[in-house]
Amino acid sequence: MTRSLSRRRLLRTGTAAALGLSLPLRHPSAATTSKGGILKVAADTEPRNLNPAIVASNGVFFVASKVVEPLAEQAFAPNGAPIGQVPRLATGWEGAPDGRSVRLTLRQGVTWHDGQPFDSRDVAFTALEVWRKLQNLGQVVFASLEAVDTPDAATAILRFAQPVPFQLFRNAMPALTSVLPRHLYEGGDIMTNPANKQPVGTGPFRFVEHKEGDYYRLERHVGYWQQDQPYLDGILYRVLPDKGAIAAALETGDIDVAAFSAVSLADIDRLTQQEGMQVDQEGYEALTYQVMIEINHRRKELADVRVRRAIAFAVDRKQVADTIFMGRATPATGPVPRSDAQFFEESVPHYAFDPAMAERMLDEAGYPRGADGKRFSLSLLPAPWFEQTLQMGDYLKQALARIGIEAIITVLDPAAHQQAVYTDHRFDLAIGSPAYRNDPGISTTILYKSGIPAGVPFSNQYGYADTLMDNIIAQAAAATDPIMRITVFQRFQKYAGLQLPIIPVVDFTMLTTARPNVRGIAANPRWAVSNWADTWLA
Amino acid sequence: MNFRLARFAARRLGTGLLVLLIVSIVNFMLLAAAPGDAVDAYLAETGGAGGDAAGLRTAWGLSLGLWPRLCLYLSGLLHFDLGWSVAFDRPVVGLILERLPNTLLLSGTALAFAAALGTSMGILAGMRPHGIGDGILRALSLILSAIPNFWLGLMLMLLFTLKLAWLPLGGISSLTASEGSLSHVLDVAKHLVLPVSALGLGYAALYQRLMRAGMVQAAGEDYVRTARAKGLARRRILLRHMARNAILPVVTMLGLQAGTLLGGSVVIESVFAIPGLGRLAAEAVTRRDAPLLLGIILISALLVILINVLIDLVQSKLDPRVVRS
Repeated sequence: MTRSLSRRRLLRTGTAAALGLSLPLRHPSAATTSKGGILKVAADTEPRNLNPAIVASNGVFFVASKVVEPLAEQAFAPNGAPIGQVPRLATGWEGAPDGRSVRLTLRQGVTWHDGQPFDSRDVAFTALEVWRKLQNLGQVVFASLEAVDTPDAATAILRFAQPVPFQLFRNAMPALTSVLPRHLYEGGDIMTNPANKQPVGTGPFRFVEHKEGDYYRLERHVGYWQQDQPYLDGILYRVLPDKGAIAAALETGDIDVAAFSAVSLADIDRLTQQEGMQVDQEGYEALTYQVMIEINHRRKELADVRVRRAIAFAVDRKQVADTIFMGRATPATGPVPRSDAQFFEESVPHYAFDPAMAERMLDEAGYPRGADGKRFSLSLLPAPWFEQTLQMGDYLKQALARIGIEAIITVLDPAAHQQAVYTDHRFDLAIGSPAYRNDPGISTTILYKSGIPAGVPFSNQYGYADTLMDNIIAQAAAATDPIMRITVFQRFQKYAGLQLPIIPVVDFTMLTTARPNVRGIAANPRWAVSNWADTWLA
Repeated sequence: MNFRLARFAARRLGTGLLVLLIVSIVNFMLLAAAPGDAVDAYLAETGGAGGDAAGLRTAWGLSLGLWPRLCLYLSGLLHFDLGWSVAFDRPVVGLILERLPNTLLLSGTALAFAAALGTSMGILAGMRPHGIGDGILRALSLILSAIPNFWLGLMLMLLFTLKLAWLPLGGISSLTASEGSLSHVLDVAKHLVLPVSALGLGYAALYQRLMRAGMVQAAGEDYVRTARAKGLARRRILLRHMARNAILPVVTMLGLQAGTLLGGSVVIESVFAIPGLGRLAAEAVTRRDAPLLLGIILISALLVILINVLIDLVQSKLDPRVVRS
């Protein structure tokens, strides 16, 4: 279970630098980094709202994480131990044994981009008014946040009504704790504050302007707390909606970096033939996604676990990884990806590709092939989130046809898919691609737990309700002891594998494509959505 | 004559306004009938299981029924208020005015380029029908009209930007040039070459065929024989007598296609990363932003109506019989 750590990765880690090791190669050290230059980046979408404290999503972070900082960032640990957190706005964090409070020590001498000083009241305000009440992810983790004490400018104590595992809090810090300037938000309507579109933060880059449909421009924040950083003078995001155009722009040098697989896999091979072009799968270790088959348990046939297992046996995960993802994905065994060494559980029921077994199970379940060779017919809604989720729909249709199940594919656009699956439940099977966010407690268990009202997106809208599953999830939510909590999540994975309310197919991460002179493109496991203070141009 | 022309123009504008009203109501209904609303689109974009869907629907004015929303929208229109874009969280007017110049520049240039190239190639081809020149031009026009414009765009990009590095890749201008200066104008012109070619060449092929057919037909007419018998110069006959008649169907087609061209630039705007109205319309649909989409449709419809009035006037100049009919 220990993660093998390449020298290359080791050399890039910020933690290693903090330990005072002298590091050549791709890690920026004073001797080799050059300062200055504008990094030109491809952006394929423009989020409505650029406030990462309200919308904790990778689309928002991609731009906003350079401006607005969280309490801590995810980092590669130098000793190969599970991935850990390194300080950003908080320099220390300490959880009470009963899980009722977390004591944060905050960085001193930090100023907001408008010159105001940052202190504990900013953290208290954002936690109570934004993370807890408005954030898409925080509403789960911070649900029982009761109060935040600020004994002095450098200390904030979060108090919870129900115990919150400190482990969960730590794992949630990178994505869920972006801090907003209280002086700009207090007293007004937070949702309509102009700073949601023109973010003001403490990060290494200052937000300059957004020209819709054209570009975002960020500029070096001169008074950044980390001395000598950022290395870049600025970042320019060019809005390029067409994937072919992004590949071409990389070739000409109109852009330097395309992250989040903005270059299609088909173009990657051509690009790598160009001297020095970097294609990097690293730097996404804490940003994995899973292709999964979502199942509507309201449908009689699918409520039968034998039918769900049969479907699992009919899917060749390796083929999906090799063809749809061209080898850049790993067969999934459960809700937690293998890349999360902390929680991943190997010994779960495995469903190796075996269509004959699938057919036998369907016969046993009482669904023999009819005269036309079909057992029954299902509707299949592949989500339009990625090229690959749509292709997975086509694959599943063929795989099911082989075992006598007919699947009728309907492709909808995002809004219509959202409504059909998560509000109206008008589907039998769907292909989804949830993000895994460092800890199963953040946005994974919600896919398995029952009693969620209709209309809550990316949650269990599958009609699946199981008392034991709910109990395990409740236990994990209350487990303040980290070892105990890991054990509960191991049970969660085993039971999920047994019950198969959702069928995991493959885990995948993204690719970064960068021109030869860009350095430090995978410096941490959330690189694309981190602050890029240590990215530089050679 | 002038009075007649004015009445003619006024009548056309009157029908135009009625068309605008119908267009906006029908489109409002169509978008409302599409599954999922702006809040669904927003939640799909943000991810995560939170987000207060009901609260957002109220805040964005989506919790009202269809009719109240339509009435509100129409009453806003009467006050020349195009409403608030829920997807971009700002007034629709500003968004459209920001993008409109780019689209007008792109489509207008493409249309002018297509018309100029198409008619001159048509005249050339029609001069000696079934000659070698005609054969080559006809084959060329067939190929051009068969190529999808986005593919042509990507191929042009591959050749002129990647291989030869003569022209910039995309966008409407470099970010460095200061607006209004001569270098800025040149810079924009350079950026327009590829998208205008990609968008205009297919249309040019069409105009060429129309123009050629008109020229061939005119060549057999009595007035051309008379002109020739009078001993007029060949050049004068071609341009003044034949081309003036042959160009009428091309002008009609121009009017019809002004609308298509506004819409047809969606793909080209994406490929060449030009922030235009077409791309904005596509986003308005995926984000279920009714006020924005309606605003774009209204402005486009208005443009098409204006262009058609203009075309009618041009035609009445070219062919005085149009006013009388």
